[in-house]
Formats: sequence, C-alpha cells, structure tokens
Amino acid sequence: MSKKFDAGVKEYRDTYWTPDYVPLDTDLLACFKVTGQEGVPREEVAAAVAAESSTGTWSAVWSELLTDLDFYKGRCYRIEDVPGDKESFYAFIAYPLDLFEEGSITNVLTSLVGNVFGFKALRHLRLEDIRFPMAFIKTCPGPPNGICVERDRMNKYGRPLLGCTIKPKLGLSGKNYGRVVYECLRGGLDFTKDDENINSQPFQRWQNRFEFVAEAVESAQQETGEKKGHYLNCTAATPEEMYERAEFAKELGQPIIMHDYITGGFTANTGLSKWCRKNGMLLHIHRAMHAVIDRHPKHGIHFRVLAKCLRLSGGDQLHTGTVVGKLEGDRQTTLGFIDQLRESFIPEDRSRGNFFDQDWGSMPGVFAVASGGIHVWHMPALVAIFGDDSVLQFGGGTHGHPWGSAAGAAANRVALEACVKARNAGREIEKESRDILLEAAKHSPELAIALETWKEIKFEFDTVDKLDVN
Amino acid sequence: MPFMSTVGDYQTVATLETFGFLPPFSQDEIYDQIAYIIAQGWSPLVEHVHPSRSMVTYWSYWKLPFFGEKDLGVIVSELEACHRAYPDHHVRLVGYDAYTQSQGSCFVVFEAR
Repeated sequence: MSKKFDAGVKEYRDTYWTPDYVPLDTDLLACFKVTGQEGVPREEVAAAVAAESSTGTWSAVWSELLTDLDFYKGRCYRIEDVPGDKESFYAFIAYPLDLFEEGSITNVLTSLVGNVFGFKALRHLRLEDIRFPMAFIKTCPGPPNGICVERDRMNKYGRPLLGCTIKPKLGLSGKNYGRVVYECLRGGLDFTKDDENINSQPFQRWQNRFEFVAEAVESAQQETGEKKGHYLNCTAATPEEMYERAEFAKELGQPIIMHDYITGGFTANTGLSKWCRKNGMLLHIHRAMHAVIDRHPKHGIHFRVLAKCLRLSGGDQLHTGTVVGKLEGDRQTTLGFIDQLRESFIPEDRSRGNFFDQDWGSMPGVFAVASGGIHVWHMPALVAIFGDDSVLQFGGGTHGHPWGSAAGAAANRVALEACVKARNAGREIEKESRDILLEAAKHSPELAIALETWKEIKFEFDTVDKLDVN
Repeated sequence: MPFMSTVGDYQTVATLETFGFLPPFSQDEIYDQIAYIIAQGWSPLVEHVHPSRSMVTYWSYWKLPFFGEKDLGVIVSELEACHRAYPDHHVRLVGYDAYTQSQGSCFVVFEAR
C-alpha cells in the first residue's frame, strides 16, 4: 500500500515503538540501558534509540517512500524496569538481518553504537547485550583455531594454561627481553606475553625482539621437553606493518601472535584473524581501552558485548579480568561473559547478566585469560572460577619472586597443578585453599617462598559496575 | 646477611606436561584421578612412548581407548600391564572427551625406568 509524504518532525514512537512485534530468529536483538532526559516518555526515548541506530533520522524525508522502510527499520519491542534504578530502563530492540553486511562486526557496531550515543534526548546509553542470530554468526570467521586446536598444538591438557607478561613492560633491549622470556619458560610457564604497550619502540625494534624471543622459546622448549610459546605483539600503526610482523613470526616458527583488538580496531582484528587461520598461527587478544567503554554502569558498551564481538571477529584467547586481582570485575558477570567465549549455547540468565539465549552453533571457543595483579594465593580461586579452558597470567606474581622469574614461574606451576589435582580428587579448593597450597609448598621451596612473599597482598575494592539487582 | 645468600638457584627440570611439577603420585592419588575421569564421563586411554620421543604428538596407544569403561580396577590393571610390557617407556593416562574431541585429563603415571 502506498503512503503519502508528510513533511515535518514525527514522534519516533509512531514508527519505532512496536510492543506487539514478535522478534524473528534472524533478527539481531539488542538490549540497551537507557537514561532519558527528564520529562521525555520512555516509549519515545526507546523508539528514538531504535530509529537512530537503524533507519531513522530526525525529520521525515521523502526518499523513505522509495523503499519499504517497515522491512528495514529497527523496532523497540519491549521496555523493562532496571531493578533498583528509577531513572533508567531497558529497551529491547530488534534489527532486521539485512541492515548488516555479512561477517562485519565493524558494520554492526557502527549502527548500534554509532550516532545514537550522542543523541541529545539521552543522558546516558549503554549497550548491555546483543543476541546475534545464527544467520549472522555463520557469516563470521570466528576464532582462527579455537580451544580444541590450541590444546592440540600446544600439548596442554587437563588444566588451565599458565602465562605471564614480561616486565618491565617498556625499556628493555631485545636481548634482555628475551632473557626474561627464557627465565619464565624454563621455570615452567606455557606462555609469556608481550606487554600491550610493546610494539616497536626505539629501545627495542620488533624484529630484534622477535628474533631473541624465538631463541628463548626454542631453548626453553629443548631444556624442559614441553611446548612453549610467546605472544608476539603484531599490533602496529598500519595493517601492512601488522602483517609484516605476523609473517616474520611465522618465518621464525613461532606458534602464537598477539593483537590489541579495540585500539587496533575490529577491521584490523578480523583481517589478522583470517590470516592466522590461513597460516596456522594462534592469536592472543588484548583489550586495551575496554574500560573506557565498558566500566561506567550507565554509559557505553558492556564487556559481554565486546567479548561476543571478539569471538565473531576472531581470536583464540581473550583477556577477561581476574575477579580476584587488581582490576575491575565481579564474579557473576565475569562467569556470564566467559560462557559467551567458550560455550556453544548460553541460556538467558539475568543473574549472570546475559539478557538473551545465545546460540553459537559450530563456532569454536576462545580461552579466557585472567591477568592483572594476581599471585599464588589466588590460584585456588582462579582455578575454581575460570576452570580448565583459561590462561592464568601472573606478571608481578612471577618476576617478583625473590629468586627471580624462573623460580616464580615454578612456584605458580606447582600451585596450579596442586589445585587441579585437589579439585579432581573432589576437594573444595577455595575453602581448603590454604591447606592445599601449604601442602604443595612442602615439596617446593620456590612455592614456599612465593607464599611468604605475597601473603599480605589483597585488592579488596568494591566493583564500580555491578549487576542490576534489587 | 649478604643478599645472595638468600637467593636460591633454580635448576631447569625436564617435565612431561600436566602434573610434571608435583612429586610422583601415590597409588591412592592415581586412583583419585582415575575416578575423576570416570565421573566426568570421559573414556580412559593409555599411551606410551620411548623417552627419546616424548615430544611427538602421537604416542602409541596401549590396545584401544577403553570406551565406556567405568571399572577403576580394569583401568589400573591395564596401566600396569602397559608398564610391564614397556618398562623403558613413559606411560600416560588420558581422559578422552568425545564431545570436545580433546583430552579432559592427561598425565604420566609411570616414567620410564
């Protein structure tokens, strides 16, 4: 049926608030936490969000009538109270699949968290969750290898993997840097990691670092008889330089490279991930800048969305916070998004912050990386929270050992294996953490000294961003 | 006290992946791990290799994976039989998870003599 062009400003809710709409399986669904300006009705604000993040603009335009806009528009189909918060509400919006280019996370985010976030009728806006439809997921490359392949390549089974970031993070020459890598790996770690700030600075150009690190990895592997790796950071100023570094890592026979997916950008990340699939390289993903976007409880994007986007864009390991360490993150929320990284189906569960059922189909899983301000005393809790499909990374908790990094690494490895052994034997490792660690320390002077060194260190600050509950 | 007198020398050790940093397991401790594998619904599997080749991906199977085996005694006797047949080989026990096509558990039970 044809419509007439009616110039002027329309109320958004006439077009974009459709409470009777039943979302399709192919729709991309989003949940926003909306805080409108005072006096503007919820339906109008919610409809404005739907409009501005899809087909709408502030004025009626004649050219809308050249297409069937009802087929393309985003719709707000549900509004809910935010528990314990009177000024905000949740708006659920359904977007038709054809609004997005196949396989492009960049395109999805440009629409959903684009101009709409600066919209004046809003005081705050936060994208809490996205339900990606299977029809979209199947167009995305996903992790280049996934958990199963990474375990097979690295020969690590039945336990979390163990890593650490090389410190000091800036200022070491290539040769000195390689020394620290070697010490950690010979001490029993599976992986070491470039700090995210390490790219190719004047004190240590990337090629020089890659060569010394490769030698360190090879030596440690030969001496310990175990598979080892170092995340070589390929994040660079341009895609061309990024690929040049990735190619050189491959030439050196290294198993894993690294990328910073938010500062580097989703387009760069998806490209590098495809390169990794093609070249048999594992991909570790850092998340610098995430807290700028995800920490404020009323504005920005929740990390569960950024985590889902990474699984679609591609990566084999992603940082998720530690729950117990120096960085922000509560336990239930963290469990919610590490499920999104690793499982094939996650049901809606508000107690974990998951607003939708999410079916990942055949998409491989991503290792959850816990890193930042953790030490051996945290080990039982980390194993309990993160389970086996995780990488536990101790930076200060390795290099800060009084005997040096190799002994620090060994202390962590002993603690990790003692916890896994105890868990498998049916012990409650969080409750019995002290006993388990002290027993293990009887056979390991390195662990005994580590336990003594870090016995007083705690990071007990309240979480800024909490789940919305009464 | 001079600083260096408090610093120990960490010697690199050759290890065989998971549980390589713990002292050898007692019989009861091995039973606990086998019970865990059975409780998870994984299939036990015994593999062995000569120490000179311990870093290769494919160790030799002992017979075939024990699909569906839930008897702890059977698994223990197969481990011991493998160890008797190949005393100079490492023998490891795997908890094979067909759902993930991965190994939910894997550790060396007998090191080569």
